[in-house]
Amino acid sequence: MVTVCLDDADAARPHIEAAAPDHPSLVDPGHRMDALFGVVNVPSVVWVDEEGTVVRPPEPGWPGFPRTLPEGFGVLPAMGKTKETPEVDQRALLNSGQDRAGYADALRDWVEHGTASRYALSPDEVVARSRPAPPEASQAAAHFELAQHLWQAGRRDLAVPHFNASHRLQPDNWTYRRQAWSLVAQERDGGPLGRFAQGPLAGQESDWPFESDFASDLAQLGEGEYYPRTL
Amino acid sequence: MLCAMIADTLDLTPEAFAAGTGWAIKPQGACRGDACVPLGGGPFDAAATAERLRMAVVHEPAAGLWAIGPDTLGDRALTTATAPDLELPRLDGTPFRLAELRGQKVAIVSWAPW
Repeated sequence: MVTVCLDDADAARPHIEAAAPDHPSLVDPGHRMDALFGVVNVPSVVWVDEEGTVVRPPEPGWPGFPRTLPEGFGVLPAMGKTKETPEVDQRALLNSGQDRAGYADALRDWVEHGTASRYALSPDEVVARSRPAPPEASQAAAHFELAQHLWQAGRRDLAVPHFNASHRLQPDNWTYRRQAWSLVAQERDGGPLGRFAQGPLAGQESDWPFESDFASDLAQLGEGEYYPRTL
Repeated sequence: MLCAMIADTLDLTPEAFAAGTGWAIKPQGACRGDACVPLGGGPFDAAATAERLRMAVVHEPAAGLWAIGPDTLGDRALTTATAPDLELPRLDGTPFRLAELRGQKVAIVSWAPW
């Protein structure tokens, strides 16, 4: 296993240190996984065989056991309400259409059976399932990389328009959206779980610099549309 | 597709372009692996080369920065099933390449602290 954090080392460190993994744990603040493999959300899993051939392109995947943060990790900040935030059951929407318990079994089947596994796709199937990459994808990646660079350089005023541009150009790329939202929320909350707040905090609804937020966007989706079922 | 690069000028040398984009500039054109895209004659022009490789170019004049996006020659993120040459740093900054695990089955799990 190789894990890739779609954020910088500072954001990744407390989680990696808490997990103390014995596999390579990498950081990818520029979201290279998006451009290289077609990752658009997290968690996302890519299967690569012994010859370096992709046998399943990026898809939602889970370990098959309940995941919780260690005790004392922090408290989620109170979220604000925007005019675009209808009351929806976010947890139900995020969990809809998924056989999360079955994903680890599928991986185990491939580990045991290799190319004979019914979950191992042919090269043609891998390419057919791979995300389209129109010119807008390159534009979105350029804007996102520039936004990250400007944000790290302290130019928040210049970074936000480029984040917004990346969101408009590739609207179904959740990593671009959630990363940007998390940066602002983290800066305003200051706590260890501020990054999980991907929208305006309570009392700051009028000061949200992005064109949307997680709650508003999630509410536009139907069942099974956030994490498409691929197994 | 490879990844976006940031530069403070589009007046890039071929070497700088190659280092940032993964596309080497050779007499036969811009090349990556076994694939080469003819560039035509004349001195190296990063903007023209980016256009040939269908790479977006984005400018932020207030910061004097340019971003060159990944190529979109193949119309898909994966144009073959051969895994891209992934190279990313570990937490301590040391580099890791996916090729180091050749000979093993690998599950690459992308996650985020948000």
